[in-house]
Parts: sequence; structure tokens; C-alpha cells
Amino acid sequence: MHPVVKLVAQRIALGMLLLLAASVLIFAGTQILPGDVAQAILGQQATPVALANLRAQMGLDQPAYIRYFEWLFGVLHGDLGHSLANGQDVAGEIMGRLGNTLFLASTAAVIAVPTAILLGLVSVRYQGRWPDKVISAVTLSTVSVPEFLLGYILMYLFAVEYPIAPSVAMVDDTMGLLAKLHAVLLPATVLVLVVLGHMMRMTRAAILNVMQSAYIETAELKGIRPFLVIFRHAFPNAISPVVNVVMINLAYLVVGVVVVEVVFVYPGMGQYLVDHVAKRDVPVVQACGLVFAAIYIGLNMLADVISILANPRLRHPK
Amino acid sequence: MAEALLEIRDLKIEATSYPPGERPRDVVLVDGVSLTLQKGRVLGLIGESGAGKSTIGLSAMAYGRGGVRLTGGTIRLRGDEIRTASAAGLRAIRGQRVTYVAQSAAAAFNPAKKLMEQVIETTLLHGLASRTEAEARAVALFAKLGLPNPDTFGQRFPHQVSGGQLQRAMTAMALCPKPDLVIFDEPTTALDVTTQIDVLAAIKEAIRDTGVGALYITHDLAVVAQVSDDIMVLRHGKMVEYGSVDQIINAPREAYTQALISVRQMEHPEKPAEAPVVLSVGQVTARYRGTHFDVLKNVSVDLRAGQTLAVVGESGSGKSTLARAITGLLPPRSGTIRFAGRELSRDLAGRSKDDLRELQMIYQMADVAMNPRHTVGQIIGRPLEFYFGLKGAAKQTRIQQLLDEIEMGRGFADRYPAELSGGQKQRVCIARALAAKPRLIICDEVTSALDPLVADGILKLLLDLQKVEGVAYLFITHDLATVKAIADSIAVMYRGAVVRYGAKSDVLAPPYDDYTDLLLSSVPEMRLGWLEEVIASRRMESAGN
Repeated sequence: MHPVVKLVAQRIALGMLLLLAASVLIFAGTQILPGDVAQAILGQQATPVALANLRAQMGLDQPAYIRYFEWLFGVLHGDLGHSLANGQDVAGEIMGRLGNTLFLASTAAVIAVPTAILLGLVSVRYQGRWPDKVISAVTLSTVSVPEFLLGYILMYLFAVEYPIAPSVAMVDDTMGLLAKLHAVLLPATVLVLVVLGHMMRMTRAAILNVMQSAYIETAELKGIRPFLVIFRHAFPNAISPVVNVVMINLAYLVVGVVVVEVVFVYPGMGQYLVDHVAKRDVPVVQACGLVFAAIYIGLNMLADVISILANPRLRHPK
Repeated sequence: MAEALLEIRDLKIEATSYPPGERPRDVVLVDGVSLTLQKGRVLGLIGESGAGKSTIGLSAMAYGRGGVRLTGGTIRLRGDEIRTASAAGLRAIRGQRVTYVAQSAAAAFNPAKKLMEQVIETTLLHGLASRTEAEARAVALFAKLGLPNPDTFGQRFPHQVSGGQLQRAMTAMALCPKPDLVIFDEPTTALDVTTQIDVLAAIKEAIRDTGVGALYITHDLAVVAQVSDDIMVLRHGKMVEYGSVDQIINAPREAYTQALISVRQMEHPEKPAEAPVVLSVGQVTARYRGTHFDVLKNVSVDLRAGQTLAVVGESGSGKSTLARAITGLLPPRSGTIRFAGRELSRDLAGRSKDDLRELQMIYQMADVAMNPRHTVGQIIGRPLEFYFGLKGAAKQTRIQQLLDEIEMGRGFADRYPAELSGGQKQRVCIARALAAKPRLIICDEVTSALDPLVADGILKLLLDLQKVEGVAYLFITHDLATVKAIADSIAVMYRGAVVRYGAKSDVLAPPYDDYTDLLLSSVPEMRLGWLEEVIASRRMESAGN
């Protein structure tokens, strides 16, 4: 077997194991939350008999590990349970919400990732000169402003003063792609500004690290233009660290958008999770946690796999 | 007379130095150097590190490494002044009219690209040929330079070929755009002697056949004598002597040139095999964790008290691994290590503090073997504290004694490693090893990174210390001149096994085994025509077989 196949298979297996461990943690976490679901549903006036009946009906009288395996069995069969608050099927509800969140995240990513890498390359080309300093200053300031504040500033500027985009990012299935893009313009911009600085700085640092290598001098002595030296000779050797930081930011775009979704009242996973945590809706919280964990682990696993594939020593062994 | 290919007049090169705690100041790296190179000729630039030879070589491409600036004089390439040329003008010269072969091809090739892409890159970039033509040219060069499977060689990545092959590929890369001038910057220094000789012959033939001019930079006079027509000797950025190769080698005028020629000719009389054995390695076999082949195979050697055993071999022969096995860093799979009459635990964790104290080590890279944030006094004082519990005045006295022993002034105790020269750093490492009062010091290529004159000084110091302290050395090296200078007995290693072992006079006298013969005959000799003789005699041998 080719060693790359083995390495990639190892990474994937490790990812699965991690996800299993995350599911244990999520389940345990929701179990040690204070309070009693039956009590929460029936209220303070409930009789002990009614409480016991409800618990038995919901399976809460079973030991925790049995309930964990029942939950896991359900998850593996696509059954995420039913919401305690409104009895809806969690899987069905999440599908729509997750679609919205992924739409917002990928819109932001499609703009942010190429921009960050390009700005990183330009910073290296003009290292220590004014383009580098301007890029550093601007991206650092957008990272430093809290995202909710950034959201309100953009909202004030572009929804109130110069209304070019809606302040409430409502989307539904009936809307066309352009209408959807228009709706998410402001939240996507906030996300781009939040992740741009980190990715750009790490790209710059990773390439600068490679620029010290002897083969960069070789390229310069070949009479290659400075930007081409960076792009053709330095960047391919910096792919691994760049991909890692890109994936961490992509994961953040999906998992960390709660605040932005709340600010723009966007019907995504973050909103959904926040609403149901307040209602102590355990199945929803567990399902959201699991989806977030899966995305986080999946993207990092992808980063590992790309790093392996980008390494010529692993791709072409002796 | 025809226009010179390269004509440098009164070259001045400067850089800004940033000494710690002081104002930045300009330092002159090269001053008043002039040279002329005609088409098809080879000029050797020779000198120690810091002599400015690489800096002068790169000036032929008007390139300054880091903050190096070409501040004065003229550099004419076929009559065109290039020192003051524009960036675009320089890009048209670099990689097209002048090309460069770096010291370490392993680092100078981009690991992410196939060799062919890199070899033909400039030819395509400057529009000198179509891709098909360029590839055909590269394949022809691969064949000329004796690379295996020239048709498919370019499809490999740098990590897939050996160091010697990479160095030839780099020469092919330099010759591919058909330049006027090639700069060879220590192209064989990083190679084993047996590999060096083939690469040297290939480079020489390629220069002759293509008719390019070349600057050949090296610190090894014996190597440059084989390939050059003229030689310039440099020191501290200034020219010492400039003449034909015959004049420089056979009739050097300057004292410094004479010193360079007589260097590495130290002879050390062999001590009689009378002293008791201090280290006895018996049938040691070892492999690295997670691998499936033995890097040491049944190695047995003895070392007598107060004597030196030189372990010689090429890279990968297992000589450093032997040191790791003896020190306990790599526990052997089988075999015994007896030291000072007792058997040592194979594992480092099973050794007593005295075992550790009596067996010290000195490394090749002195600067990475020292904590850069400790002063020399702290570095030497640490083993005094750790092994003998010395403190206060007693410790300071002993530090001063040790500094005297390594022939360094007492003021050095307060300096940091960054403020020392390469030779001084190695001396501090020797003092640190001596501080433990060891019976045996393992010296792992301790002079390999040093200039020849400095290395000679270190070897003399080690021999003097051996007389005074009675310490034994296990001296690991790839350099046979060093072996002659210091050893009492020799073990020749090849692919993990000892192929020849005995007293120095026996090992270095015929009849030789095949490998030792190859190794000894590959060491460049300081005379003209040596390379041709060796290559011719090897061709005859292989024809006879």
C-alpha cells in the first residue's frame, strides 16, 4: 500500500475516534447540567407521580450509559431525537439551519481565503515597506474590534445611513441565489473582516519562514521576478501551515458565528442553539454540539490530509 | 587581446553590522580586489571563512547576500558594467549569462518541485529555448555529467536522489541556459571524498566541453589545484596572492599561502600499545527504533588509556551511531561496552553519575552545543557544580584554570558564545568536557566545521591536553588528514561494520582492502594532475576487471 494512503487512512480513523470521544463529552456535559427536564416541562406544581411517569416515558429512569448508547444508536441512524420544547424532529430542523449557516460561512470563506493569501503574498513581497504596513495595520484593527460591534457599525453605515443591504439577514428557501447573497452581505462582510487578519498574518509568517531557505536564493540568482519567487518557489513550501490556519478559520466561520447570527437575526445553527439552550432542550443542544464537533474535526482532518498530500517526500517516497 | 569575460577592478563590498548593545556600523567585507577572467578559463578563489570569497563570487552577478552592498569599483561582464545595473538589467544577467552552483545542492533545490522543472526554469523564463529543446538540452547535460538514467532523472524530486547526484544536477542547471560564466561556490565541500572525486571530474569535464568561464570558490587548495587555471588567495577581504595554479602551488610567494599549503600535514607519532584498555566495545549491534536494518553490525574496537582511536568513514557509515551506542543514547540490541574495567549499562538511565562523568562528548557544531544565553563561565562551571559540587571561589579558580588550559584569556569567562569565533567556541566545548575530569572524550567531527588553520590549532590543543590529562579520545572523522594528525589506532567503518582496524601504521600501509584503498586514493593531493591520474588509473582498473 502507498504510504500516503496509509497515512490518510490513519488520519481519518483518528478523526472518527475523536468524534466518538466528543460525543461522550457532549452527552456527559448535558447530563451534569443542573436541573431536571421533567420538572422543567411540568413546572413546580407537578406531583411526584406525574414526574416519575414523564421520566419513564422519556427514558430518564435508565442509567446514563444506556441512554448514551441509545442516543448514539439513534444518531448513527440519522435520528437526533425530538425537541423537548416543541416536539419537532431535531434532524429535520437542523438540516435547514445548517444549510443556512454553511451558506453564510462559505460566502465569507470564498472571499476571505483568497484575499488573505493574496494579501499575505503582497506583504512578503513588500516586507517592511508601506504596503506591508498598511495591510498589517488594517487587518489587525478589524480583528481587534469585537464582531458584534463591527456588525452594528456596518449596520449603521450600510443599512441606515447608506442603505445598500438589509440589517436583518432573513433568508428562506424561496429566495434566489442573488437575493440570498444580498441578504447576507453585511454578516458575511463582518465574518470576512474577522478572519482575514489571522489568515493573512499566518500566511505572511509561513512564507517569510520559507524565504530564509537556500533555494529562494537559488531562485533569485536565476533572475526570477520577486513576486514569482514568492509565488512559485516559496508558497508551495508553505502550504502546510497555511492550510492549517485556513481550516481553523473555516471551522470558526461555522462554529463561531453565534454572535453574528444573533446580531443579524440570521436563521442559522447559532441562533437555533442559543434559543434552545435557554429552554434546556437537551436533544437539540446535544445535536448541535455534535454537528459543530463533526465540522471542527472534519475540517482539521482535511487540513492534515492536504498537508500530507502537499508534502513531496510523502507523496513520492524514495 | 580579446575583451575579458569578467573584469573586476578595485571592488569594495560593505555590510552593516549590528553588534549587541552598540550602534550599527558599516564593515568592509572586501576591499580593493581586482581580477580578470578570460573565456573558457577557470579562476579559483581560495581562503578561510570570512575571506570574502563567496561575496566576491556573487558580485559577478551583482548580488549581495542579506544586507551586503557592492559599494565601489567596477564589475564588467564582457564590457558591460553590472555593479550599477538596474534590477531589470540584473534579472537579464542572472540565470542567463551568469549562473551559480551552490555549496549544498540539497538545500539549494526547491523540495516541492521536480528536478527537470528547476533545471530548465531559467532557459524557459528568459525565452532561450522551447520546452522541448530545453528538456533535450537538460537530458544531454544529465548524461554528460554521468547521472543515472538521464532520460527520466528529471522526473524525480530532490529528496529522491543522492547528495552527489544533486550536486551534478545543480551543475546541469547552471549549464542549461548556456551561460558565459558559472560560479561554483564550494560545490564538493558537503560531499564524501569518494563522491567528491567523481563530481569534481564531472564538473571539470563539463567546463572544458562547454567552454564557459568559471569562478571556483573553495577553502581546499588541493581541490582548486585540480580544476583551476589561475588562483587568487584571499584573506579578510583582501587579495593575498594571485597567480597561475602552478606558481601558487609550487612556488607560493606569500607566507599565508605557504601556511595554507603546509596545513593538514601534521604528523603524530603513534604511541605503543602498552597502556591498559579503557574502552572495549564488543560485538555491538544496534538499530534505530522503528527501523528494520542494523546501523551497527558486530562492531568491536578497543581503546587504550591516554590514546586516540580514530573512527573513519563516510556519511552513513555508522560512526556517529557508534558514539551514540557508547554513550548510551542508543541502547545496542546486543554486545557489550566495557569501560574502565566495568561493564556499562546499555541504557543511559542505568548508568551511574560517575559513568556519565568519566565519558564526555564534544560535537561538530560547537555553537548549537552551547546555551546561547549562558556565559562561557556558566557553561564551563556547570559540570563543576554538577559532578563535584564546586561553588564560589573554588569554582571560579577551576574555571580560570580550564580557560588557561584551552589557551584562552581569563576575560572570556564573562563572554557569551555569540561573541566567540568558531575555533574559540570549540575550545570552550573542550573545556566543558575537561571540567568533568573524564577518562574518555568522544570527539564527533570536532574540526569538520572549522577552517584548516583553526582546525590544526584545535588538534594541537587536543594532543597537548592528552599528554597532560592522560585522557583517551574516540575521534570520529571523515577526514584522513585529521586521522594522520591525531590517531594512535584507526577503525575504518563502512555500512555499519568495521572493515579495517589496527594500529595507525598498519591500517595506513598496504596491502589495503578495496574500500580503504578507494577511501585513501580519493583524498585530494596538493599537486597538479592528481585528479587525471586517479581517474585514469580507476578506468584502467575497471577495464582490467
